[in-house]
Amino acid sequence: MSRHSIALNRFGYGLRWRSAAARQPRDPESGLLAQMDRFDPAPPLVSGREDTSGEAGEILELIRRNRMMREGSGKAAGAMVEPTNRTAMGGPLANLPPEIRRSYLDAGRILRRDIAIRVNTAVRSDTPFIERLVHFWSNHFSVSAGKPGTQHQVANHEFAAIRPHVLGRFADMLKAAVLHPAMLLYLDQFQSVGPNSPFQQHARRRGNGRERGLNENLAREVLELHTLGVDGGYAQSDVTEFARALTGWTISGLKRIDRFAEPQPGGASFVAFAHEPGTRRIMGKSYSGSGPRQALAVLDDLARHPATARFVATKLARHFAGDEPPATLVSRLERDFLETGGDCASLARTLVASPEAWTDEPVKYRTPFEWLVSVLRLTGVENLDERRVAGALRELGQVPWRAPSPAGYDDLEGSWAGPDALVRRVELAERIARNVPSGDVMARAEAAFPGALSDNTRTWLSRAESGTQALGLLLVAPEMMRR
Amino acid sequence: MPSPIDRRSMLAGSLALGSASLALPRMAFARAAGARNLLFVLLRGAADGMAMLAPVEDPGFAALRENALPDYAGAPRASGFFAIHPALVEIAAAHDRGEALFVHATATGYRERSHFEGQNLLETGGQRPYGLADGWLNRLVGLIGERDAGTPPRALAVAPTIPLALRGAAPVSSYAPSALPQASGDFMDRVARLYEGDAQFHALWSKAMETRAMAQDDGLKSLRNAKAAGELAASLMRSEDGARIAMIELGGWDSHANQSGQFARAARQLDALVGAYGSAMGSAWNDTLVLVTTEFGRTARFNGTGGTDHGTAGAAIAMGGTVMGRRVIADWPGLTEGALFGGRDLAPTTALESVLAGSVADHFGLDRKLAMTRLFPGRAATPITGIVRG
Repeated sequence: MSRHSIALNRFGYGLRWRSAAARQPRDPESGLLAQMDRFDPAPPLVSGREDTSGEAGEILELIRRNRMMREGSGKAAGAMVEPTNRTAMGGPLANLPPEIRRSYLDAGRILRRDIAIRVNTAVRSDTPFIERLVHFWSNHFSVSAGKPGTQHQVANHEFAAIRPHVLGRFADMLKAAVLHPAMLLYLDQFQSVGPNSPFQQHARRRGNGRERGLNENLAREVLELHTLGVDGGYAQSDVTEFARALTGWTISGLKRIDRFAEPQPGGASFVAFAHEPGTRRIMGKSYSGSGPRQALAVLDDLARHPATARFVATKLARHFAGDEPPATLVSRLERDFLETGGDCASLARTLVASPEAWTDEPVKYRTPFEWLVSVLRLTGVENLDERRVAGALRELGQVPWRAPSPAGYDDLEGSWAGPDALVRRVELAERIARNVPSGDVMARAEAAFPGALSDNTRTWLSRAESGTQALGLLLVAPEMMRR
Repeated sequence: MPSPIDRRSMLAGSLALGSASLALPRMAFARAAGARNLLFVLLRGAADGMAMLAPVEDPGFAALRENALPDYAGAPRASGFFAIHPALVEIAAAHDRGEALFVHATATGYRERSHFEGQNLLETGGQRPYGLADGWLNRLVGLIGERDAGTPPRALAVAPTIPLALRGAAPVSSYAPSALPQASGDFMDRVARLYEGDAQFHALWSKAMETRAMAQDDGLKSLRNAKAAGELAASLMRSEDGARIAMIELGGWDSHANQSGQFARAARQLDALVGAYGSAMGSAWNDTLVLVTTEFGRTARFNGTGGTDHGTAGAAIAMGGTVMGRRVIADWPGLTEGALFGGRDLAPTTALESVLAGSVADHFGLDRKLAMTRLFPGRAATPITGIVRG
């Protein structure tokens, strides 16, 4: 691959055909750095979007009541919560304020809209390197719309907790992402209660069966997946202590506790009487502060821990420089992280300046999301219909905010380069090629992979029986699959 | 009343061989040993073994999970001591016919509590997470190939991509139904020629075309319907040129909160899948082994939110015409405070690697020790014999 092709494809989302006429930067490296200055955390599609994420708790309680009714009536509940017309007719929805009722019924549509916003923002972007970073960090702090009540929250998590910090400080992104309603719901934190909290003592005295307790899911995944990494030196006791520190952090709108909730920046709430009192000891350090600040102090320390620097550096290097990231690059990024106190912009600059990220041979297999965005940019399909976007990503196997686990989608070739997965790309490519003007496909191919198009691909494109067929072949050529 | 059992003995069913299995005549001369089938079902997210197969006659169970007891009222029993989760209807019926057995208090060598490390270890068969790059199921394909004069059995992932357990040197295909319209024949031909110039894409494409030819007109658009997915897996395996070894994954087991409903939903999916698979295999079921495993178990107690957190030992299921069923294989550790692993989890007493190596070795007629060494290198554990008929 030439340096121009690497800048376009390895660091970005490939050539945007509509702006191909615009002068390409003479020097690919400074072209990438210039994107950092141009990046818009709230581009028109994002800033113009109606935010419906306000009623997390109300929606969740509705879903639960509905599920109980369905299960009570002997019907097997589906795994997910697509509301049906039947539930809309009456029952728990009957006496609801119209805006809540609408949010509940619209959850699936809102999610589709948000997925299309994510895709089309990347397709139209003139800062694709930074979009790639947004999606990298969003996957690092993965949340899933598969969890009841999160459908209005997951896009907001990326747009409000990731995008503004993508060139900022890791500590700020960590706090925003972990304590966002989407994450609090996804990893069960919203219902975790301190065993010795006033809430729990009260419930025990009343003996009304409403006792709740600790849930350590979020605490464990923050340590394992967001900060220190699984070998980061924490023990089960650190998980439990951190879970205690996190108690009280919840979502807004939960009926029984909402009147005690103190709103927090980012849309979460803190309920002091569910918080476990006392000093916590985590990773050898004591945290005496109380209230919401206790967990924030823990997160601040985790964000500057050397194990976190190592873990984040490894993942970033793997994303841009290969499944087996070069040790020299990992060390350089790690050092940068420690020296700058986790400055994400500095990490991005160091990455661009590192020779390990500019090796000639392709180092990564494009994930389905990367491939689709690159295809849409190259074909000029910049406003694909919401249903088609969601449908395509579902068939390709990588719907945003729907990773199968809190670890996010895999960033390894083996997870994506499957026989059947390849056929799906081919089927989709033919369909897309049939729906756009093909124009001069050879010129487009040379521009998309400047100095990097193989003779094999060139040959088969030139032998195609039509421009449409040639364009389809280009979309599935090895050059489109690897970066 | 709890039945008096020696907690260090193997729990055997009242009949070592179910009467039903004696009544159903096996094919006297099974097809060649190569015609044996294996479906490996991986439950991702740590399925709760204590919910799957509840030790209701252990007094500790009621002490730890009193709230769960109503779920098992009237549930079918396995060796008297355990209750099979009521959602596992087909599996319980197979157990009753002598075609399914459970293994309990089992775990891989992994003793930490990360899903991702746990799954990595279970899939690679390594001793350390991320220590091996290929999967034990792929090495099994290679091992059988070596025995059969260099012709490895056809292997298939019922998924768009290949899960780690099946990744490696031996060739593997993948297939899952999709809603996409098929590409035109001419376009497919040209893609094939384009890929001839690229070793990786040529290999992927060739494998995909083989499997697609077999899966014509499945009429499905996805794997979401578990029953249909089970039937699809059978349709890709039951013919002579079908896959001999296949893998399918099921998620939804990470029940940190309000476990009762979530587990029942996931269990219904599992039950529908393996039940439909068994029926659809037809006579090939007689030569089939289904292994159901998960990366680890969950905490013995419920947490503060009606769920369970990541634990250690769990349960596994072996099912199929070659299984000597109607049993529970367990060296039951008990549920007293002192018996729990780390004071919180069901203690592991049976190595899951021994279950996997022993059952696939006997099923495919491989040397057990060789199977253990190659599939799970570096293990001292002995393969368990007698899960399947040799």
